[in-house]
Amino acid sequence: MTLQEIVDQLNLRPLTARHDFDQVTPSSGYASDLLSCVMAGARRGGLWVTLQAHANIVAVAALLDLSAVIITEGAMPDPETIAKANEEGVILLSTDKSTFHIVGRLWELGLKDH
Amino acid sequence: MRSGQRITDELAGYITRVEELAYELRISEVMTRDVKTVTPDMQMVQVLELFRKARISGAPVVVEGRLVGIISIEDLIRCLRGGDVAAPASDYMSTQVITVKAFHPVVEALKLFAQTRVGRLPVVDESGALVGIITKGDITRGLLRALQSDYQEEEVRRYRASHLFEDIVSDRTSLILRYTIKPRDFAHGGAASSHIKRALLRLGANPQIARRCGIAAYEAEMNLIIHTTNGGVIQVEIEPHLITMRAVDDGPGIEDIELAMRPGYSTAPEEIRELGFGAGMGLTNIQRCVDQMVLESTPGKGTRLEMKIFLQHEEALKDCHYNQEKKT
Repeated sequence: MTLQEIVDQLNLRPLTARHDFDQVTPSSGYASDLLSCVMAGARRGGLWVTLQAHANIVAVAALLDLSAVIITEGAMPDPETIAKANEEGVILLSTDKSTFHIVGRLWELGLKDH
Repeated sequence: MRSGQRITDELAGYITRVEELAYELRISEVMTRDVKTVTPDMQMVQVLELFRKARISGAPVVVEGRLVGIISIEDLIRCLRGGDVAAPASDYMSTQVITVKAFHPVVEALKLFAQTRVGRLPVVDESGALVGIITKGDITRGLLRALQSDYQEEEVRRYRASHLFEDIVSDRTSLILRYTIKPRDFAHGGAASSHIKRALLRLGANPQIARRCGIAAYEAEMNLIIHTTNGGVIQVEIEPHLITMRAVDDGPGIEDIELAMRPGYSTAPEEIRELGFGAGMGLTNIQRCVDQMVLESTPGKGTRLEMKIFLQHEEALKDCHYNQEKKT
């Protein structure tokens, strides 16, 4: 499943400049707001769901080569964070829905933790 | 590949890569998603018009999302020859439709093209619903696109200073990178570790090694930002077979190192925890990523953390051999 399909199905708002979503195929998913847990648990190429919106999520996503970050509950990163994400090639997506809801939908769509 | 053609090493490498890609790429990655479809009751003259306008030579016949047949330019010619353009598509479509699954590798479609001589294959998902269509042209374009991105990676690789350690002759060559980390500088948190990871990749480190160093450096960097009085310094010494990272600060020091090493133990204040830091996993994560870790601290004086990653022969930086991380 491509990121484009996920963005369409979950009605996610892209916050960053990269839009080649049909070229990105998330391989797994991870949900946590504790950055060290993400560091320990998220896999390369995975999708990360969090309500954290500060600049460090970009560093974490870049270090782990994550396919995209879904920021939940309408949390909005500041412009510097978005600029940093663009610089690092990190895809940030936003939704008003909760992490629980998003993870549930992703699982339904077939993105499992494998 | 035509017989009789001389195969150079370069060419041989290229062929192998294309074959490999045919297994790696999935049909969903190369197929055309915007499928032009026709309905069984559509008149052949309308089908002709659709083919002409959309510049296609075949289309699936669909009833409420379900695939019931396929119609191609050959069927259209058959119809035109009989002067029967007012007939419905259902009279001329073939109902024996061969489909491929979106999640199968491209090679499955290639096999079917070779076996059946059809020009296009409708692509269905797990539930059998039509999600796309694939032609040999789609496959060629997909392979070229993948080779192109390979080529870009290749260029980056050339740009990498991977020959550095080979070119400089000494008894022991090392490259030292230094980063100053300011206390509470959350805005730049992770910057040093990102730079370290990138430098290692440019030096020819394999992605897995670079990732391990990046994670360990990140945790060390965040510890300096969260816990120190005056910040600290991260120094990375890169040698062909060894990467040594040191994080040094001048206070406040750790009271009980054993306790600090325990997963989940944290002294981070509440406002920092709210940002998602201070989960008490930092040192545990470092330990997981490096081969050797030494933590020394004197309360009131400061802390010194040394992390070592030993590179196995095939990972050594002197060796330009590029190890691609295994896909998980």
